[in-house]
Amino acid sequence: MKLLTHNLLSSHVRGVGPRGFPLRLQATEVRINPVEFNPDFVARMIPKVEWAALLEAAETVRTLPHARVHLPGEWGGGEWSHRQPRARGGTPGDDLGLCPQLHLVEVPKGPIEGYEHDEKFLRQMHHVLLEVDVLEGTLQCPESGRLFPISRGIPNMLLSDEETET
Amino acid sequence: MALPCPLNRYLLLLAQEHLEFRLPEIKSLLSLFGGQFISSQETYGKSPFWILSIPSEDIARNLMKRTVCAKSIFELWGHGKSPEELYSSLKNYPVEKMVPFLHSDSTYKIKIHTFNKTLTQEEKVKRIDALEFLPFEGKVNLKKPQHIFSVLEDYGLDPNCIPENPHNIYFGRWIADGQRELIESYSVKKRHFIGNTSMDAGLSFIMANHGKVKENDIVFDPFVGTGKASRKNQKWRGPDENIRANLRQYGLEKYYLDVLVSDASKPSWRKGTYFDAIITDPPYGIRESTRRTGSQKEIPKGMEKCPESHVPVSLSYHLSDMFFDLLNFAAETLVLGGRLVYWLPVYTPEYTEEMVPWHPCLKLISNCEQKLSSHTSRRLITMEKVKKFEDRDQYSHLLSDHFLPYQGHNSFREKYFSGVTKRIAKEEKSSQE
Repeated sequence: MKLLTHNLLSSHVRGVGPRGFPLRLQATEVRINPVEFNPDFVARMIPKVEWAALLEAAETVRTLPHARVHLPGEWGGGEWSHRQPRARGGTPGDDLGLCPQLHLVEVPKGPIEGYEHDEKFLRQMHHVLLEVDVLEGTLQCPESGRLFPISRGIPNMLLSDEETET
Repeated sequence: MALPCPLNRYLLLLAQEHLEFRLPEIKSLLSLFGGQFISSQETYGKSPFWILSIPSEDIARNLMKRTVCAKSIFELWGHGKSPEELYSSLKNYPVEKMVPFLHSDSTYKIKIHTFNKTLTQEEKVKRIDALEFLPFEGKVNLKKPQHIFSVLEDYGLDPNCIPENPHNIYFGRWIADGQRELIESYSVKKRHFIGNTSMDAGLSFIMANHGKVKENDIVFDPFVGTGKASRKNQKWRGPDENIRANLRQYGLEKYYLDVLVSDASKPSWRKGTYFDAIITDPPYGIRESTRRTGSQKEIPKGMEKCPESHVPVSLSYHLSDMFFDLLNFAAETLVLGGRLVYWLPVYTPEYTEEMVPWHPCLKLISNCEQKLSSHTSRRLITMEKVKKFEDRDQYSHLLSDHFLPYQGHNSFREKYFSGVTKRIAKEEKSSQE
């Protein structure tokens, strides 16, 4: 699940209405997935972004221990499957630190003047919206507390019968 | 000040397939590229030859980069119902428009195409020779000419009744071909992952064209499939594994955004308009039966539950409710001007136009039929959002003349499998006796 998608999702538990957004993201496994940069597409998405929700989600990912973050090249061939990640060497204590390669420390706080032509801005937004893929985790309804699972990169938004809105 | 330049005329040569879908495709694409469908012909329904007025060659080229219904487009220099009419029409074509393509430095060739008739090589050469009066100054190059000119002769549509002389003859400068070869390269036969209801490649492209999808649009499919896990004894395949693998096969993986599991009748999107197009093939309830979450009491018999995916038990979902939900969803989440394209299953003996679902925010653009069997068909419905969605719009259908949504959709599954066809066949047989 990409952060762009997270930015559009809302809980539809009965009675929750607009207070079902944004879903609180909890990630246990994330993959950084290189995607070809398309500045026009990213520029089109900027007006649709709800910034507070995006910043919150990005912060969740940024604070993940880096053993939980799979970087490009780990699986080989760009194919995503259920293979084990290659063992990563590192200094003790690495697992608890922040992943220095995530670049998410530089998430823009909001659209800037002339963003349509600002390549640096657009590349940062491209990375955070499209290249961060949450593989495992949960989405929590801020109002009801209900958890929606994310499994193998796919969020499951199905509600049981009692929970659905009339 | 320049005088307004009359629109140029082009000859569009169409494939004889999916006849009803052609006009909406060409109209949608022309409007996407800043043109308009302008034709002076009265009927172009079945004919493969359409004469169109298009403001510029660029628009014509853009049209051909997208269309799968049209084979080629030519700049029309002359036409007539007989060779004499054609030649006099050519003599009336402004010479200054011809000259840039005929000058002595250039190379060219002339092709003869006949439709519904075969000519001998001798007959073809005769026709080329008859065009000598045209001011060709360049050199003939049969292998890689800079310019290709074509004579197209129309001998009608009936292979059992081929006339001696053509009904129409056209002469034009070839500009570009359409994208029909995509149909073969994206063929379902070659695709890595297919399901029960994978869509024919040609129709998929047509759907995108009816939807006026353009570069960098976000397109949503609320009923994407080919990842169904509810079969026993089959390894769980994530839906995205299959969709992505298919896209990877075509080198299009970068266009893949995301997939999620949800109930289309209870969408999980926040309020707002962010889809440029919604293009989908909802379940008809024949091969994949329609379901949604609901009361546990009505568990249908024989329903399989996949233990790995924890999908809640679902009850039967009436088809007409589904279209109502789909139209509402489209009205809420499409940008203004965005399109909804979907298939509507129809039981032909009972079909009337009033049955096409309606919504105050969506304008009907086209309705094209594809026959499935003797008593069923499906219709590709295209709608465009023309009005901003307000909460009360959800219930407008209750106030309109179209109050009763087509209940026939609900029993579509039964009718499809019914013995009705057998009865009809019996009746026809006895009436002949």
